[in-house]
Amino acid sequence: MVRPGSGSLPGIPDAFDLHRSSFFEVLRRDAPEAVPSVMGGAPLSEELRASVVEGTTVLAVIAADGVVIAGDRRATAGNLISRGDMRKVFPADSSSAIAISGAAGPAMELAKVFATELEHYEKVEGEPLSLEGKSNKLAGMVRAHLPMAMQGLVVVPLFAGVDPRTGTGRIFEYDPAGGRYVATDQAATGSGSLAARATLKRFADPQAPIGTAVRTAITALTDAAEEDSATGGPDLMRRIYPIVAIIDADGYRELDDDAVRTEIEAVLESRRR
Amino acid sequence: MAANYYVAPEQLMKDRAEYARKGIARGRPLVAVEFANGVVFAGENPTASLYKTSEIYDRIGFAAVGRYNEYESLRVAGIRLADVKGYQYAREDVSAKPLANAYSQALGASFMGDSKPLEVELLIAQVDGDGPDEPPIELYHILYDGSIVDEHRFVVIGGDTEPLTTALEAQWSAGLGRDEAVRLAVGVLAESAGRELRADGLEVSGLDATRERRRFFRLRGTELDELLDA
Repeated sequence: MVRPGSGSLPGIPDAFDLHRSSFFEVLRRDAPEAVPSVMGGAPLSEELRASVVEGTTVLAVIAADGVVIAGDRRATAGNLISRGDMRKVFPADSSSAIAISGAAGPAMELAKVFATELEHYEKVEGEPLSLEGKSNKLAGMVRAHLPMAMQGLVVVPLFAGVDPRTGTGRIFEYDPAGGRYVATDQAATGSGSLAARATLKRFADPQAPIGTAVRTAITALTDAAEEDSATGGPDLMRRIYPIVAIIDADGYRELDDDAVRTEIEAVLESRRR
Repeated sequence: MAANYYVAPEQLMKDRAEYARKGIARGRPLVAVEFANGVVFAGENPTASLYKTSEIYDRIGFAAVGRYNEYESLRVAGIRLADVKGYQYAREDVSAKPLANAYSQALGASFMGDSKPLEVELLIAQVDGDGPDEPPIELYHILYDGSIVDEHRFVVIGGDTEPLTTALEAQWSAGLGRDEAVRLAVGVLAESAGRELRADGLEVSGLDATRERRRFFRLRGTELDELLDA
């Protein structure tokens, strides 16, 4: 152990600590009560299961100069709609974002730990992780969540960002066991993903400008909401719209409500009879 | 069997303090200058990557002089403390005072108990404070023995601080802009060094309350040179 002085100082990191730059590992070691751990025991009872809030459809689309990541606003618990204004898209850092589906509590926690992890690494090491490195780190965190997934609290994130070295947008998909898959032009996850994918496959074009990708994302979310009861459509009455974020050379930014509404109205207008 | 000779506690403390002071004085001093919306750190640093200043959290910055390996460990420990606290409670709950206290405890414990005291001096700064207990700008100076001083306007840490403090005393004024504060800080360093200082030999960073969320900034390369020439 190499420490300044004789090592009498708690909290001072060891020199060759493999997890020196990882916030997740610091938490696991120094504040285990803050990390979801192996709970053991049987899967959740049906009653309990029905009261767990679930987030549904999120998706991402690659464009020529960036990537669009979006999600609907519905959360369900059993066969009830529990929220109409849930956020499922979170900035992970200035050039990447994480979108979540599955058990909402652990999923939002995952997004929060992951964002802290990236910032922690950047501060300790003096430079940010590569996009590839970020996506691998997230895979490890999803894998660590597996025991909870086996009890029924499945969390499946979607990760998208711009690689600062190449300036191109990339998307990474995950499975509940921590499998990581690179998506070529689009990806969707959550209960409405089947319907969303059908639309994404038809319209996604990695050579198109970012505006086209935004339209594709909103069209796919609208289709998912039409086919899947757990995916929320745009709530024009309460003015609750999907969260749509763009990541390009200028970094992460979310479209404001007016911009999203204009896009939604254009999509709906083309379907009006 | 080795005999334990009696050493008077006063003598022991004196020797340890002298040892730490000597170690710290080997490095170049670092200045921190308050401006209207924040704090600027500036020091001579010929390397472009081995930093003496760092971001700790949204509103908190860190600056150190002395032994690199020692303050680097302390810096990482501070980031850990801040990140864990901000994660478990809320981002606004992370503030400079408890962090400065932790550093003070760590340095104090090392000064008394370790085989050699840590040869470092630290600065913890916080901007954008609100409320009666949080002034807009806080600046804590923590010495090798754990003693802690609440500084205002400007502070110089490291060896040979006297000429820099005198120069800042004469030239500092309230309500400086960020760029003016950078020029003032680098100006007094250059004056004391007796030569011109350019971006490649300087480390300039700081905290600016007008920035979004992460207030820490670093100035380097042509951006810094242009600012110094302005």
